[in-house]
Amino acid sequence: MIDFAGTVRRGWQHLIAHIDFPLLLITVLIMGVGLATIYSATFDSSHRMLNQAGNMGFAMVIMWFVSRIPPQKLMSFAIPLYIAGLLLLVAVFLFGIKVNGAKRWLSIGVTRIQPSEIMKIAMPLMLAWYFQKYEATLRFKHFIVAGLLLLIPFALIAKQPDLGTALLVGAAGFFVIFFAGLPWKVILGFVVAGGSAAPFLWNMLHDYQQRRILTLIDPTTDPLGAGYHIIQATIAIGSGGAFGKGFLNGTQTHLEFIPEKHTDFIFAVYSEEWGLLGNGLLLVLYTLLIGRGLMIASAAPTLFSRLLAGAITLGFFTYAFINMGMVSGILPVVGVPLPFMSYGGTALVTLFLGIGILMSIQTHRMLVKK
Amino acid sequence: MVVRRPQRGHRYTESPVLQLALQGWRSRTVGLLLMLAFLALVGRSFYLQVIHNDFLQEKGDSRYRRDIEISASRGKIVDRHGDMLAVSTPMKSIWAIPGDARTMSTPQKRQLAELLDLSVRELDGKLASEKTFTYVKRQVPPETAERIAAQKFPGVHQEKEYRRFYPTGDMTAHIVGFTGVDDKGLEGVELAFQNSLLGRPGSRTVIRDRRGNIVEDVGATKPPQDGKDIHLALDSKIQYLAYSHLKAAVEANKARAGGAVVIDARSGEILALANWPTYNPNNREHLSGAQLRNRAITDTYEPGSVMKPFTAALALERGKVRIDTVIDCAPGRLTIGSATISDAHKHGALTVAEVIQKSSNVGTVKMALGFQPKEMWEMYDRLGFGQAPNLGFPGEVNGRLRPWKNWRPIEQATMSYGHGIAVSLIQMARAYTVFARDGELMPLSLTRIEETPPHGMRIFSPQTVREVRIMLEMAVQPGGTAPKARVAGYRVGGKTGTAHKLEGGVYARKYIGSFVGLAPISDPRLVVAVMIDEPSGTSYYGGDVAGPAFSQIMGGALRTLGVAPDAPLQVAEVAAGKGRL
Repeated sequence: MIDFAGTVRRGWQHLIAHIDFPLLLITVLIMGVGLATIYSATFDSSHRMLNQAGNMGFAMVIMWFVSRIPPQKLMSFAIPLYIAGLLLLVAVFLFGIKVNGAKRWLSIGVTRIQPSEIMKIAMPLMLAWYFQKYEATLRFKHFIVAGLLLLIPFALIAKQPDLGTALLVGAAGFFVIFFAGLPWKVILGFVVAGGSAAPFLWNMLHDYQQRRILTLIDPTTDPLGAGYHIIQATIAIGSGGAFGKGFLNGTQTHLEFIPEKHTDFIFAVYSEEWGLLGNGLLLVLYTLLIGRGLMIASAAPTLFSRLLAGAITLGFFTYAFINMGMVSGILPVVGVPLPFMSYGGTALVTLFLGIGILMSIQTHRMLVKK
Repeated sequence: MVVRRPQRGHRYTESPVLQLALQGWRSRTVGLLLMLAFLALVGRSFYLQVIHNDFLQEKGDSRYRRDIEISASRGKIVDRHGDMLAVSTPMKSIWAIPGDARTMSTPQKRQLAELLDLSVRELDGKLASEKTFTYVKRQVPPETAERIAAQKFPGVHQEKEYRRFYPTGDMTAHIVGFTGVDDKGLEGVELAFQNSLLGRPGSRTVIRDRRGNIVEDVGATKPPQDGKDIHLALDSKIQYLAYSHLKAAVEANKARAGGAVVIDARSGEILALANWPTYNPNNREHLSGAQLRNRAITDTYEPGSVMKPFTAALALERGKVRIDTVIDCAPGRLTIGSATISDAHKHGALTVAEVIQKSSNVGTVKMALGFQPKEMWEMYDRLGFGQAPNLGFPGEVNGRLRPWKNWRPIEQATMSYGHGIAVSLIQMARAYTVFARDGELMPLSLTRIEETPPHGMRIFSPQTVREVRIMLEMAVQPGGTAPKARVAGYRVGGKTGTAHKLEGGVYARKYIGSFVGLAPISDPRLVVAVMIDEPSGTSYYGGDVAGPAFSQIMGGALRTLGVAPDAPLQVAEVAAGKGRL
């Protein structure tokens, strides 16, 4: 007699063997909030919620596949992925398509790709692999090499110009180097050097980038231009009050005062409708996500997986912080979506690649299954 | 953040070196930074949503909550019988948000331009504006506006507005005046009564999205309060008489301009006020200053002999003369100091009544020289000369009456027959109400008087005035200066004036002929004043140029008002009047 039930059970167990449920639960909760907000933001113009749900499903399938790849296998992707990313970035630099004054895309026949997106994962992967390789004989010179590995893609992306993505890629790489044990004297040195170089860096920034920073300091100087986003978002958030205006009741959103309301500025929509209370809840969810990620990192068995998990987790944090900081007006406007909330397939795929890697690291710890 | 968990199973590696790689302080630093960052977000959120909430809430409301003005309809201007002189008809103004409107397709643009009777180029010009609001066309008829609304052109909106229409056109142009495009009174009664005509616009609160589309109507918060209607004292029929006969007189005498005023002596109401040249207030594209002038109120002139009855009245009042006192007017000249006064026609000895009837300058001056300058000045002053008539009308002039202290005898002499003193036609007409009302000067009113008319100010005794009326009646009788001013069926009286015009301080060989009179003499009801500026036909005498117009206006007005005739009809007069009954 065939044990049908047993087969199903075993099959199911096999299927979910590499899923980390706490992590999944947290991301699903955040995505639920995101879906509701997208519904509210687009229900009177373009209905985007179902699209986004589809994107999520697709991204989660990728997550499932990635989670099944053991970290050792992931290591072998590090160099090819990094080199491919780097070559594509150079290609963008040489033959990229200019859209809105920025050269970010590469046309590959039918569609366009944004190679900087690949670097968000390739960068920490590469650096984690690098430190793992020289784990036993780690010297200062290795940090210099790591710094170069970080700086070249960073510079290429910043040159596009796409400061937001450059910062995210740079941050992802930096977290790896930091966790690998970058001497704090060096960190301090960089802070001092960065501080003194700030005026020069300022001059290197593009006009529109300078303007964004200036407008941040006083958005009212340009209420119809660069300050418009900040002012509208600030008003939307502020008018939400402590308890918000309620689901679907955000006036600034529905009267189309908020720009890019279902993508980069979705936090303003959410914040207007759910108020301080909602913001607190969302921050708790992100804290849980990051907490779970760091737990996975700290329990990871190898330096590679530990560094990778730490960098990915802090990457999530960086996304969330930069986005919410920009929408609420404490950081300049850079095009960074809110992780798991903003509408958009590409970002979700990148995010779930990260989640998949985290799950892989978490579930491949054991040499022998219980 | 390094959390040690109880081990479950075996790990790939258990190297203590690895544990050292993630030093405690790094984790703690990272943890601290994360906490600080999220605290900053919470702090910002708290600041925006709790501390700054009211301000931002209001800012948010101000972005979508709009109070739309509902324009109030401007009050009508009607004549004493309720006939429309100025009405507002609803129109639409078409406006656009240029940025949105530029998204129109070329066929749409062509269609809109066609509907608005504009060229596509003109339309493009208006939509090229960088502003967020521009009028595309104003005062568009409602039917056209509806067709535009039906097309739903992007960024094209409309608003209700009114257009002022003047049914009586040029006939009442000067008294009614007109408004500008924003319902602002610019001239005449439209300006004088702007505040009561205007009304108060109401408002409606609506919610608008960023593109200015109304999303939701929150409800009327304040209904508009339409402007009050103004009931003028004007009588359209009498106005028509005054207007058409004045026009005829100006044309017949090849004159430059003219004015006519009809006053109801019982109430002081202005029943008619006409000027020539005039203009059509419904089409003001080509307007000259001359057309716009409301001469009867805003222009002064030296009235000439029309003043003489006041001199006679003062002499009678003071007991200096009686109506039959004889004054020697020979030889038709009188020298005062270095100046000589002469009569147009030489007279011998005349009674006081005849001095007025025949308009002798010499006789009048002889009466006037018996007065103190001060008492003459006081009379003129009380008659309202030298002061604006207080109608509330724009551009009312004071006229000119110099202070008596520096009058020289020659000035006192010339003033007694209306030179060296400047008045407006309306002042002159008003002054004659003393003769129509047994010595009381009436305040004038542009608007219809609903209750009992105000009392006048007594200036002469009834006895004096009755005697002056006899003299005024004699002036239109054969032997007087204005037989042409007679009216069939009514006893009328009045005085001619023929004055040289002052041009640059010098008397030119140009004249102003005028006639001011009242009727019926037995119980005066109306005062009519007619002034013809620079007649250049066969005659320039007031009796010839203004007399006939006076006769027509007075006769028509009396019949219009249904005033009982007080003169026996004579067959000859009926014939002369060509059946004008």
